[in-house]
Amino acid sequence: MSLLLSKVNVYGEAAKDILVNGGEIVEIKSPGAISKADKVLDCTNKVLLPGLVDLHTHLRQPGREDAETILSGARAATRGGYTAVHAMANTDPVADSAGVVEQVFGLGEDTQLVSVYPVGAVTVELAGKQLAELKAMADSKAQVRIFSDDGKCVEDSVIMRRALEYVKAFDGVIAQHAQEGRLTLNAQMNESALSSTLGLTGWPNVAEEAIVARDILLCELVNSRLHICHASTRGTVELLKRAKEKKINVTAEVTPHHLLLDEEYVKGYDPVFKVNPPLRHLDDVISLRNALAEGIIDVVATDHAPHPKEDKETEWAAAAFGMLGLENALSVVSTVMVHGQNFSWRDVARVMSEKPAEIGRKPEHGQKISEGARANLCLVDPEVEFIVNAGTSVSLSRNNPYQGMKFKGKPVATIFKGNLTYQEGGN
Amino acid sequence: MKHLYSINNLSKSEAISILDTAKSMAEVGGKAVKKLPTLLGRTVVNLFFEDSTRTRISFEAAAKRLSADVITFSAKGSSVSKGENLKDTAQTLEAIGADAVVIRHWASGAAETLAQSNWINAKVINAGDGTHEHPTQALLDAFTLRESLAPNQKDLSGLKIGIVGDILHSRVARSNVLLLNLLNAQCVLIAPPTLLPIGIENWNCQYSYDLDSQLAELDAVMMLRVQQERMNAAFFPSTREYSRDFGLNSTRLSQMKPQSLVLHPGPMNRGMEITAEVADSNQSVIRSQVTNGVSVRMSVLYHLLSGDAA
Ligand SMILES: [Zn+2]
Repeated sequence: MSLLLSKVNVYGEAAKDILVNGGEIVEIKSPGAISKADKVLDCTNKVLLPGLVDLHTHLRQPGREDAETILSGARAATRGGYTAVHAMANTDPVADSAGVVEQVFGLGEDTQLVSVYPVGAVTVELAGKQLAELKAMADSKAQVRIFSDDGKCVEDSVIMRRALEYVKAFDGVIAQHAQEGRLTLNAQMNESALSSTLGLTGWPNVAEEAIVARDILLCELVNSRLHICHASTRGTVELLKRAKEKKINVTAEVTPHHLLLDEEYVKGYDPVFKVNPPLRHLDDVISLRNALAEGIIDVVATDHAPHPKEDKETEWAAAAFGMLGLENALSVVSTVMVHGQNFSWRDVARVMSEKPAEIGRKPEHGQKISEGARANLCLVDPEVEFIVNAGTSVSLSRNNPYQGMKFKGKPVATIFKGNLTYQEGGN
Repeated sequence: MKHLYSINNLSKSEAISILDTAKSMAEVGGKAVKKLPTLLGRTVVNLFFEDSTRTRISFEAAAKRLSADVITFSAKGSSVSKGENLKDTAQTLEAIGADAVVIRHWASGAAETLAQSNWINAKVINAGDGTHEHPTQALLDAFTLRESLAPNQKDLSGLKIGIVGDILHSRVARSNVLLLNLLNAQCVLIAPPTLLPIGIENWNCQYSYDLDSQLAELDAVMMLRVQQERMNAAFFPSTREYSRDFGLNSTRLSQMKPQSLVLHPGPMNRGMEITAEVADSNQSVIRSQVTNGVSVRMSVLYHLLSGDAA
């Protein structure tokens, strides 16, 4: 079946007609030049981007299917304009073996909605003691290239060094959740004047930066690839900047929530704002925005972390860490970066699709929009203003921190392997 | 005042009004029949997620002297085991028909969460939440200070109060800093740097690492309890060193103004932050604090519950 995207602003630039067929972009012509197609989408004033790629998604399956399943997470991904997600390893059982990653990969394929690429655990059971069988996961059907103990930090310096060295054999990357454990014992929020008045144990910036600094040095030592998950502090930005100046092979992601929200939201103790790493000071938020604009931070990754109601409807200290992200990530980036500062839709394509696909070594995603490219695409209404209604989410969870907030710009259609997997107002 | 989960719930005039009412309530405590019919037929629940015999019996006595029905609910749970669910518990109390819930909880913010939730309609009184606040303790401290040091004024202007010890983890200190400010007293927090919160420079008070340098200036000193679990967590090298620098003994007491007062929220570690001699001295008002606690809590219950008579 052929699909015509008529008068679409490619990367937010000149309008074109784009014909999709057989999972590929077969023709790109001036508006009005293509007339025949089985289905036509009028895309006037819409922006076309390559399908978004998330490097950091918690799909909860296997183990916590009450919070999210691979299918419900995939649906949420299509709503957010995503055509690929990387499923984090902290499931139950942990994705630390070829068997589990193949299971997750297979369930992802079954959805036919997005590519689900499992992230493999760095260490057995995420325990930080013994390397998981990284090569077996890399060689499996899932073709794992990103390894992470996310949720936990690989704290042992020797284990981290060995992991970085070992994955060089198959062009892997270690994605580090940078959190020094002793400095963050029982931590509940950003350490600051506010944490002092709220009486919540603080999570100081240095607990992230100390690990980032060490890992950059280890990465340089063994000449491997390092990726920093959810960078959250201005000190991390400085470390990344220096590492990149020295051509050390380190990349970093920032979450939508760390780009938008600061620690002030913790006032009132609503656990929907409880997340790890925590919401930081406004100075950090601004530094992260600038770092993304300057390319010091490479990508936006959601850290989509679904939790059932009972894990969030509690006193702050008892609540789970994490917030939803897939469905609203693009709207946050559009609002904060495109409408908020000088950030083009080409930049959005870079940080939400091209770079993530490159880091994950998934060349079938993040391709330039051109004839012959895979038809993994995201259609955006750049100007529409709307108020977030968490109740309409297709995720199984409702821990959406953006409830009631006003955003400008959102995905209106998603195309995966040439098929419409989401169309606003459609089904 | 709809709830009392923080001193920030109070205006200056409301705080003064609570102290004034507490004074009338104190007169009830002096009578042979220590009972008023004010809250007859109202139900006050003491909801304790953390053990505190002193605070619990003080609230129980306060509610009973106002003729309220008192139910005490000891809920299990800790930061380690989630245990009793706050929402379920609240809904149970709502079904029972609680008019006020006095909540003591190990988690900072639990009282505010309960007050702001739609789980329960009762008035919420914070009897200590984690390391956040303990507003009735601050009110009883202010009442004690006013009775002894400023009986002819409404607020505490002109007084300088030192708070000594583990400020970092102290809900008593947080509530006291807010209330002393509200009542125009000066306040100085005294502790080793490890036990002062981040951002203390921007709190509305002074701070010092040196108790001895402050003594001559103070009208009263509040000694905070040093919790056992801090003693092995590198906040200070040894209990002996702590005690040497921050313990209140007779020598230090003699450097204070003759009419100055010694307060302690209890329970005390005698010999650690305070010597037995000081605790039992004429300047110690530690036992008055306990008595005043009942009057102040009667006053708080009265102000919260009598406005909307059943
Ligand atoms: Zn993480």
